[in-house]
Amino acid sequence: MQTLIDNFFNLEIVVAAWPILLQGFGMTLLLCAVVVPVGLAGGLVVALLSGARSRCLRWIMVGYVDFFRAFPPLVLLIFIYFGFPFAGIDIPEFAAVVLAFLLNSSSYYGEIFRAGIESIGRAQIDAARSTGLTAGQTMRHVILPQAIRNVLPDLIGNTLEVVKLTSIASVVALQELLYMARQAQSVTYNASPIVVAALMYLVLLWPLVRLLSRLEHKTLAGR
Amino acid sequence: MQLTDTTGSAATTADPGTPADTGRPILDVAALHKSYGALKVLRGIDLAVWPREMVFLIGPSGSGKSTLLRCLNRLEEPSSGSIVVDGIDIMAPGTDLNRVRQRIGMVFQSFNLYPHMTALGNVTLALRKVQGRRRADAEDLGRAVLGRVGLSDKADAYPHALSGGQQQRVAIARALALEPRVMLFDEPTSALDPELVGSVLQVMRNMRESGMTMVVVSHEFGFARAAADRVLFLDTGRVVEQGPPEQIFDAPQEARTRDFVRRITQH
Amino acid sequence: MDNFLFSFFNLDVMVRYFPAIVDGFILTTYLGLAVVLTGLGLGLTLALIRSLRWRVVNVLIVIAVDVFRALPPLVIIILFYFALPSAGVTMTGFTATWLSLSLVLAAFSEEIFWAGILAVQKGQWEAARSTGLGLGQTLAYVVLPQAVRLTIPPLVNRAIAITKGTALGSVVAVQEILTQATTAQSFSGNPTPLTLGALAYLILFLPVVIFGRWLETRFAWRR
Repeated sequence: MQTLIDNFFNLEIVVAAWPILLQGFGMTLLLCAVVVPVGLAGGLVVALLSGARSRCLRWIMVGYVDFFRAFPPLVLLIFIYFGFPFAGIDIPEFAAVVLAFLLNSSSYYGEIFRAGIESIGRAQIDAARSTGLTAGQTMRHVILPQAIRNVLPDLIGNTLEVVKLTSIASVVALQELLYMARQAQSVTYNASPIVVAALMYLVLLWPLVRLLSRLEHKTLAGR
Repeated sequence: MQLTDTTGSAATTADPGTPADTGRPILDVAALHKSYGALKVLRGIDLAVWPREMVFLIGPSGSGKSTLLRCLNRLEEPSSGSIVVDGIDIMAPGTDLNRVRQRIGMVFQSFNLYPHMTALGNVTLALRKVQGRRRADAEDLGRAVLGRVGLSDKADAYPHALSGGQQQRVAIARALALEPRVMLFDEPTSALDPELVGSVLQVMRNMRESGMTMVVVSHEFGFARAAADRVLFLDTGRVVEQGPPEQIFDAPQEARTRDFVRRITQH
Repeated sequence: MDNFLFSFFNLDVMVRYFPAIVDGFILTTYLGLAVVLTGLGLGLTLALIRSLRWRVVNVLIVIAVDVFRALPPLVIIILFYFALPSAGVTMTGFTATWLSLSLVLAAFSEEIFWAGILAVQKGQWEAARSTGLGLGQTLAYVVLPQAVRLTIPPLVNRAIAITKGTALGSVVAVQEILTQATTAQSFSGNPTPLTLGALAYLILFLPVVIFGRWLETRFAWRR
C-alpha cells in the first residue's frame, strides 16, 4: 500500500510539481477558451453554408464535414505542425493547435447545428417571413434560438470532447496540463504528476459529464 | 353464478372447461392488499371467478380496478394476500411465474404490440420461446388464432400498418394462442376510436361464447350490461357491491354504487 | 508549385515508404477492429447488467462510465503505459492503446445502449412478461431489438470518433499509420510520408463516415 502511495500519490512530488501542473492547467483553460468559441463559430458557418441554396456549395460542405470527421485530429495537428514549415510557412504551436481544432471541431459542431436547424419546421420560417423579417433575421431571431435548444445536449457533448481533445496539444510541445505532467514525471521518475493531472481533468469535466447524462435521459424520455 | 344466458354454441366448443375444473374457481383471490408506500390501493379484495364466467370490474378512477387486474399475474407485486390460479398458488415462493403467466392471458389498454415484429411474429414469440414449439408449428397455430380474431389476412403486417382495432385484436390473439385458462382485459377499448370499438367487443363476445373465462376492466357499460355474468363495483380499494349486471346497473343496493351509476348514465 | 509538389507529393519518397505506411495501415485496422469489438461488447454487457437494477452494482457502473467519459483518452493511454509499471503492471503500447480506447468506447456505448433500453416503453416489458417470457428472453427478443435500432446511428458515430484515436498510439510507440509516417518523415527529411499517412486514414475512415451518414438519414424517421 505504501509503495502504491509513493508511486501514485507521492505528496512530496505532488507539492513540488504543483506549480507547473497549475501552469499547465491554466494553459489548458486558455486553450479551451480559444478553441471552443472558434469551433462553435466555425460550426455555425459550416451549418449555414450547408443549408445554402446552391447544390454545389451544399455538396462541398458535405465533403468538408466528412473529410474532417474521417481525419484523426492528432494526424491533422501533426500534418499542420510538421508539414507546414516544408511549404515555407512557420507556424507556432498555439496557432497550429487552434487551426487543427478549427478544422476538426467546426465539422462536428457544423453537423450538430445543421441537425438543429433542420429540426425547425417550415411553418416557423413562413410565420417569420410573413411578418416581414428578412432571411437573416429569421435565422437569427427565430430559427437559431429554437435549433440550439433542440440540440443543446449534443453541443455540450461535443464541447466535452473538444476540451478532452486539447490534451493532444502536448504532442506538439504546447505546455498544457498533460505536457507539464509528463515533463514532471520524466524529471521525477514518478507517476504522481500524471495521476494528479488526471484528477484535475476529472474535476474539470465530471460536472459536465453528469449534466450531459441528465440532459440525454431527459430528451429520450421526452420522445 | 349466471351461466343461464350462455348461448348454446358454448357447449359445442369446449375449450378451456374440462369437467374436473367445474368444482373449483379458476381464479381465487383472498384478502389481497396492495400499497405504494403509505398509499393503500387495494384493501382486502376477495374474488372467485368460475369457469366460463365473464366478470366486469367497474369503479371510479383510482378505485384500484386496474391494479387488481395487474396483481393477478403479478405484473404488480401484491403487498399481501393469496392468489390461486387453476389450482396453483402463484404467491407461493418458488412458483414458476413464467409458466403460470401463460395460463393467464392479458390484454392492455395500449395494445403493447412488439413494433419490430409482424402480427404473426407477435403471436408466435411466446409459443416458440416459452413453449419451445418449432417455428412451423407455432406459425400454424398463430395463423389459426389470427383467424379466430378475424385477421387471417394480416398475419404478415407490422403493427404500424394496422388500425387500433386490428392491433388490439392481434394483442388478443397473442394472449389467446397460449391457450390461457383465464383472460384479463385492462381497458381494452379505451385507446380506440369509437368506430373501431365494435370489432374488439365482437371478438370478446365470441370468446365468451366459446367458454373463455374473462375478467374485464372497462368503461363499456353497455357491453357489460349485455355480456357480463357478474359486475363488481370497486371503490377506494374495496369491493363495494357485486351482482348480476341488472342489479348493479338498475337496482344497486349500496349508496356509493347508486351515485356512480347515476353519474355514468347521465351522459 | 514545383517546390510544393516536391515537398508533399515526392514520388521517390512515396515509393520508398509506401510499404511502411501499408504496415501501419494494417496495424491500425487491426487495432481499430479490436477496439470496436471489445468496446461495444463490454458496453452492451454493462448496459444489460445495469438493466437488472442491482443498486450497488449500478452505482459502480455509473461511476466507471463517468470517469472514462471525463478523462481524455490520451491521458488514459499515458496512465496505463507510463504510470502502471510503477505498480508492477507493464503493458505494450499496443495493449495500452487497445485497452484505453476499448474502455472509453465501452463507457460511451453503455450510456447509449442504456438510454436505448430505457426508451423502450414499459408496456413492451409487461406484454412480454405477461405471456410468460423471462427477463432474459424479454431483453433478447423484445427490448434489445428495439433499443438497438434506436441506438445504431449514435453508436456508429461514437465508434468512429473513438477508433480514430488509434492515432494516439503513436505517443506510446505503436507502429500504426501515424508513427510510420512521422518516422519516415524524419528519416527522409520530406513530409510526403505525412501525405501518404493522411491518405491512408482517409481510405480507412471516409467510407465508415459516409456509411454513418447514410445510417443517420435511414433511421431519421424513428425520432
